[in-house]
Amino acid sequence: MSFNYLSAIIFLPVAGAILIAFIPGLSARLIKRIAAIFTFVPLALSIFLFCNFDKAAGGFQFVEKVEWITALNAHYHLGVDGLSLPLVILTAFLGFLVVLISWKINLRPREYFAWLLLLETSILGVFCSLDLLLFFLFWEIEVIPMYFLISIWGTGRKEYSAIKYVVYTLFGSAMMLAGILSLYFTTGSLSMVDIAQSGIASFTAVISVVAIFFLLLIGFAVKLPVFPLHTWLPDAHTDAPTAVSVVLAGALLKMGGYGMIRLCVTIFPQVAHQYAPLLVTLAVISILYGAAVTLRQTDLKRLIAYSSISHMGYVLLGIFALSQVSLTGAALQMFSHGIITGLLFAMAGLVMHNVEERDLRKLGGLARQIPIIAVIFSVAGLAALGLPTTSGFAAEFLVFVGSFSSTIVPGIQVYTILAVLGIVITAGYILWMLQRVFYGPVLEQYNGIKDADTLEKAYMFAFIAVIMLVGIYPAILTDIIKIGISPIVGLLGG
Amino acid sequence: MNLELFIPELSLVIFAIVVILLDLFIQRKGLLAVVSIAGLVVSAGFTIAMWGGSSQAIFNNMLAVDNFALFFKLLFLGVAALVILASVDYVSKFARFQGEYYALVLLSALGMMLMAATAELISIYVALELTSISLYVLVGFLKDPKSSEASLKYLLLGAVASAILLYGMALVFGFTGKTQLGEIAQAIQAMSLAGILSSPGLILGIVLLIAGFGFKIAAVPFQMWVPDVYEGAPTPITAYLSVASKAAGFAIILRVFYSAFGLPQWLSLDWGLIFAVLAAIGMTLGNITALPQTNIKRMLGYSSIAQAGYLMVGLAAVGLSPVTDAVGRSTVLFFLASYALTNLGAFTAIIAISNKLNSDLIEDYSGMGKRAPLLALALTLCLISLIGMPPAAGFMAKFYIFSGAVQHGLLWLVVIAVLNSVISAYYYLRVVKVMWLGAPVSEERVPSSGALRLALSISCLGVLLLGVIPGFVMKLAEAAAKMFGF
Repeated sequence: MSFNYLSAIIFLPVAGAILIAFIPGLSARLIKRIAAIFTFVPLALSIFLFCNFDKAAGGFQFVEKVEWITALNAHYHLGVDGLSLPLVILTAFLGFLVVLISWKINLRPREYFAWLLLLETSILGVFCSLDLLLFFLFWEIEVIPMYFLISIWGTGRKEYSAIKYVVYTLFGSAMMLAGILSLYFTTGSLSMVDIAQSGIASFTAVISVVAIFFLLLIGFAVKLPVFPLHTWLPDAHTDAPTAVSVVLAGALLKMGGYGMIRLCVTIFPQVAHQYAPLLVTLAVISILYGAAVTLRQTDLKRLIAYSSISHMGYVLLGIFALSQVSLTGAALQMFSHGIITGLLFAMAGLVMHNVEERDLRKLGGLARQIPIIAVIFSVAGLAALGLPTTSGFAAEFLVFVGSFSSTIVPGIQVYTILAVLGIVITAGYILWMLQRVFYGPVLEQYNGIKDADTLEKAYMFAFIAVIMLVGIYPAILTDIIKIGISPIVGLLGG
Repeated sequence: MNLELFIPELSLVIFAIVVILLDLFIQRKGLLAVVSIAGLVVSAGFTIAMWGGSSQAIFNNMLAVDNFALFFKLLFLGVAALVILASVDYVSKFARFQGEYYALVLLSALGMMLMAATAELISIYVALELTSISLYVLVGFLKDPKSSEASLKYLLLGAVASAILLYGMALVFGFTGKTQLGEIAQAIQAMSLAGILSSPGLILGIVLLIAGFGFKIAAVPFQMWVPDVYEGAPTPITAYLSVASKAAGFAIILRVFYSAFGLPQWLSLDWGLIFAVLAAIGMTLGNITALPQTNIKRMLGYSSIAQAGYLMVGLAAVGLSPVTDAVGRSTVLFFLASYALTNLGAFTAIIAISNKLNSDLIEDYSGMGKRAPLLALALTLCLISLIGMPPAAGFMAKFYIFSGAVQHGLLWLVVIAVLNSVISAYYYLRVVKVMWLGAPVSEERVPSSGALRLALSISCLGVLLLGVIPGFVMKLAEAAAKMFGF
């Protein structure tokens, strides 16, 4: 292949960021247009890759491999398979839409869009890297843009939340770095593909394999997040500006789930198998605890933030149930949650922007005043609680069926049944939230509030279209995800 | 004898003398900086020309001319050139003695070049003193109470450290009868295990050497001088101290411990462990004490103690690895190069900012993102590099040096080190926060001169290059680490 599609997808946003940051005298309008162009092209390219992905061949495609650092045997090695391609599309999709969502940002727009685009590059890089050092490099780059985005354009206790995010993330990546280095000296290679192929069992580990597994897992668990490492999430989400909440919930959290499947499960199938009961237990706690805490929230954004903990619990459950169907479900749930929660945050941001109120106790009856936002918000809410014909249903259904029928983890049925209870609580908090915001008596002080404008309608439509498309015809994604999952399940021997 | 192998040093001496003499006759002192930089470039040119040749020795095996020494010589010459660039505006604060200032910078660079090359105890001491005495004077150049106090403190503690070092050398000489490093090594290897164990004086000598050199590299517990000296010294000299002087200390430690005490294996395991413990304490103490600092120079002083800790992780790996394995040494070299660029960049930005503000308090950096966006961006990049985050050099340096440590069973130390990076993020980001989030104290722009901008651009470009495509410098470091004359 002559054209390096993946490099183009990854580096176009950062090229845009450099243009925005260093060309003097750009107007805010122009900056936004540049940002839109430099995120739209990657989206178009990633859809092009999706259409040209060879399902029959499987494996990693669109691979680019160049020697990078000979002293470390590190390569500039990119590639996508059935697992990562949907996440690349998700990131590119959200990356473009958040530029539209940010259209009304007028505080220091130059820096804002530069950081936003750099953030997109780093997430895309994580999903495409097949070299551990490159993966870790992209993984770390993300921290700085997030720090600035939250602490400058956020609300509330933004500086506290930003530094809390940084410290948690760096703690996770510190553990991960130790894990990656141990893995490197156990196998002598930084290539994820090579390590997975030869199997960790064929090497003598410098420290116990279990320790390496958990060092890596901690890094991913902070990001996903998994109880009890989740406490950064509500703060960061709540205080971040709308668009950043969308990226954070939509794409960043997925780096955790993706890393668990790509590294923890693929490279350490035996350890994953051995410790699956523990991790599935944590998943159930995350689901139930997250959902229960969500019920108690009175802040619109905080409520959605906590719901993410619960929804990411399904991902963890699906991953460590370790069956073909459950892993497929977990991957689909990552995509679906990215779109649905992205939309929820976008709508919450819109309500906050237009109504200038985020306290659920003070909101009410808005369905009359802002009908379009109300309808779209409700659809997003119903998708989040897993209504059939939305992607949420397809994903959660696969996770539950896959987990329940998994033959690998003993007693998984009990865990699954407990996890299903989470659905009930989810329905409770989503419906209650919608009721408190949009229904009930109309409040006079909210008369004359603006509903969504054309641009906002456009991105809402895009979100809804994807939710429905995947909900009605999930095979469009699951066919591809399966191709990525099958070899991993093969390693698990089940 | 091959005097041509000594040309880099000789040319530097000549230029230092020329600078002093020229100072008597010319009024435009800016020319002195140009001449000094020319001297450094000429010397660097001769050094580069020698690269890649076989290892040789001059002056009765007192000085080694090998890739290892050449790597460090280039590093010192480059650092000195950047320091002089960064000094051009700063020296206007001194009413007099500008010529002496430049000449002393050149002479201390000469001392460091010799430190990297010496392979014999007495010449080590002489090179060390040449460096130190030049630096004592430079630290006191501002002549205000703080600067004078710093200079005196540095001198007194430095003298104590030198005495300890000499005592260590005397003990080593007493038990081996040799001063040349290679001959010391032979003498030690000829001793039986029982013989070494029954002569605790030798071990004590080694420990005292660690203490003496530990002062140079600001290793805990010999770091007491760092914050005061860093705060009081003229800022370009602070940068010089934190980078070149530290690198010279590491160069000499690597050579002495590798050449003289590399074998038998159990001996190197021993000092490897000492460095591991010093590293753990140094990183933790440096980072924790950096947290509450309000003066940025002081903060970077504590941070340099922590960075010395990370570097000692590499030394520990050198101790624990077989003598034939050059990876540990090359990771230290690479870390030093990237740390040099990073810290120089940070200090250059600080010089530019303090030229305008006349203050080094972090709170006065408020709103610097608006007043001087490019300076603030450069400083941010350097601070990110100090945390060890991509895409800056510090990331690769840490990855590389920790990888060497993990390879030799130091995972525990690496875990401590990476957790320390998390702590350090907190205080480095505090500066970033103040610059970008704080409200500007005044709307006035902060200007910077051409020389400062050049120095800053070179360092920042280097930081980025080493962070993204470090392969070339890693190769140089590997070649240097493999080519040890003695």
